[in-house]
Amino acid sequence: MRVSLFITCLSDIFYPEVGKDVVEVLERNGCQVDFPMNQTCCGQPAFNSGYRTEAKESAKHMISVFEDAEYVVSPSGSCVAMLKEYPHLFDEGSELRKRAQQLANKSYEFTQFLVYVLKKDDVQSSFHKKVTYHTSCHMTRLLGEKEAPFRLMEHVEGMEYVPLHKSYECCGFGGTFSVKMPSISNEMVEEKVRNIEESGADYLIGADCSCLMNIEGKLKRKGSHVEVMHIAELLNHSSKEGDHHGNED
Amino acid sequence: MGMKISDQSFEDRTKSGIEDLFMRENVQSAQDRLRSARLNAAEDMGDWEEWRKMGEDIRNHTIQHLDYYLKLLSDKVSELGGHVHFARTPEEANEYITQIAEEKKAKSVVKSKSMVTEEIGMNEALEAVGCEVLETDLGEYILQVDEHDPPSHIVAPALHKNREQIRDVYQERLGYEGTEEPEELTRFTREQLREKFMKADIGITGCNFAIAESGTVSLVTNEGNARLVSTVPKTQITVMGMERVVPTWKEWEVLITLLARSSVGQKLTTYVTALTGPRQKGEVDGPDDFHLVIVDNGRSKILGTEFQSILHCIRCAACINVCPVYSHVGGHSYGSIYPGPVGAILSPLLGGYEDYKELPYASSLCGACTEACPVKIPLHELLVRHRENMVEKEKKSEMSERMLMKMFKFGATHPKFYQLGVNAAEKVSREKDIKRGPGLMNNWTQSRDFPAPKKESFRKWYANRKQNGRSSS
Repeated sequence: MRVSLFITCLSDIFYPEVGKDVVEVLERNGCQVDFPMNQTCCGQPAFNSGYRTEAKESAKHMISVFEDAEYVVSPSGSCVAMLKEYPHLFDEGSELRKRAQQLANKSYEFTQFLVYVLKKDDVQSSFHKKVTYHTSCHMTRLLGEKEAPFRLMEHVEGMEYVPLHKSYECCGFGGTFSVKMPSISNEMVEEKVRNIEESGADYLIGADCSCLMNIEGKLKRKGSHVEVMHIAELLNHSSKEGDHHGNED
Repeated sequence: MGMKISDQSFEDRTKSGIEDLFMRENVQSAQDRLRSARLNAAEDMGDWEEWRKMGEDIRNHTIQHLDYYLKLLSDKVSELGGHVHFARTPEEANEYITQIAEEKKAKSVVKSKSMVTEEIGMNEALEAVGCEVLETDLGEYILQVDEHDPPSHIVAPALHKNREQIRDVYQERLGYEGTEEPEELTRFTREQLREKFMKADIGITGCNFAIAESGTVSLVTNEGNARLVSTVPKTQITVMGMERVVPTWKEWEVLITLLARSSVGQKLTTYVTALTGPRQKGEVDGPDDFHLVIVDNGRSKILGTEFQSILHCIRCAACINVCPVYSHVGGHSYGSIYPGPVGAILSPLLGGYEDYKELPYASSLCGACTEACPVKIPLHELLVRHRENMVEKEKKSEMSERMLMKMFKFGATHPKFYQLGVNAAEKVSREKDIKRGPGLMNNWTQSRDFPAPKKESFRKWYANRKQNGRSSS
């Protein structure tokens, strides 16, 4: 199966290891992964700030970058939700809308792709730690994906999962919201971090680098012992072979 | 008072909201209670999503044919001997209402809960012509006693106060000597109100839904006060926003179910009142005189725009009860009697961007509101539509932001330029996180760390790997 990775700008620059884990997990599960070098950003920062014209230009570019892809997979529920928004940016009946729809139809968030396309709930990972999970808003409410990460986490060997109080609540990131309304955003992430610490988990797992960046930034500022990990890293983790399945590199 | 409740800046309002830890505790515990009550009441139905879809369809159909149903409603009320007045502006509505008060030589008005009368500032208008206006909804009464503290929630207006604070207000203003027990506070309130009910010249109610086919006004309360307001005084005035109409009793049943369950998690409210015109021949109760005031105040301008679906709102406050921003800043921070997500959409539409330009940005776009809305209004999307308006039509966005977005567009559409950006990020890579960033980034780093870019971006790693023959393709 041929998969084109959409890395997202945040992962590309700040969390490249997440991309490596995605590539390794996909390859181990029989996928050929390519990475179209011309990809940029999904346009969400512009779209959510009201810059529809600018967002449309990003969309046009990304539509052409992934035109030949069989599947587009990305380690971010939020950015995939943006790809799914593309068709609405163009006039009904237009050629671009059709192409945008094609891209939307073949785009999957990483855990969705594993569970629904590859039909894998168990990717043979192990992690002997106590974890809790952050259900990102865009992943659950815009993309509507509430199950896939949990189905995968159930099969991680040795891992103890503890529930997160008020897991449905936003972490306060919200893209430009975090710098436009910093004091409100801060109160939200304060509460999130308090609940994470009270869960008793050693690790917070999530499927969106943006939320994780926000939560991790707060945990670190508070000097918390809780560490943050993207679900791709968790799924590429094997206690038997050292740190990573793919660490022979 | 009108819709606008504060002259302070948005920044000052949210600052005092965030600092008011008592208020936030009250708000959060109420939100938690209301949220789980709503979820239980929804689950109880078994097919909640189908109910929501029905609610959406009903509201969509009604608002699309609003002119038809308003005409039908108006004809029915007139047939029954009631008077209907269409008011384009708050002034027109208040002029009509005060004129009735003057004709009746009314001294005393009792009122059941109504947001639209707050919106048009009706109490002040009546007071200006010498009427005493008494709020009889418990929450509204508490606020009125507390020197007209503005409402902070559309269903539970005194949500920001806890029982101790209410006791203190009563002690200070009414010489109350009892405890903070809700039963005792309520009994005391009842005694204060009962006498006024009996002496009132005019009763004024809001309207949850007006049923067009029968000319009926329906009200839901848990206190029964709307029944006294609508049966004791000889004259009744009902004030409704022009979108509060439903075609028939059949649709009414769906909406009343959605309303009670979404708003307070009840199957039905304690009282569901339906009032059809003035007292008819042979009827034992009801007013001699009935007036229905239908208020536009900017609503008709929303028709036909991208915001039309906000007129579908049934004022259940489910969106407010799940909003994490509301939870931390409280209702007064919105500066409008309509707070939360619905308020952030409605207030700029009814009151203009000048006073409410920050509200559409007071959301992380988490979508909790959209998920909770019983009539499926895409609330977070409407917030984005406001932002688009502000940028593209109103040109209200800041210069620096516009420049940034221009650069963004260039980078996002020119891969080579984007690559340069990634290269530059790699160059400023370092081990430690950023504790204090420049410019806008400082808004972030004031309260949390920001990660430093990594020495090797993903794309570089991938390119190297491919060169070394490790690619899977």
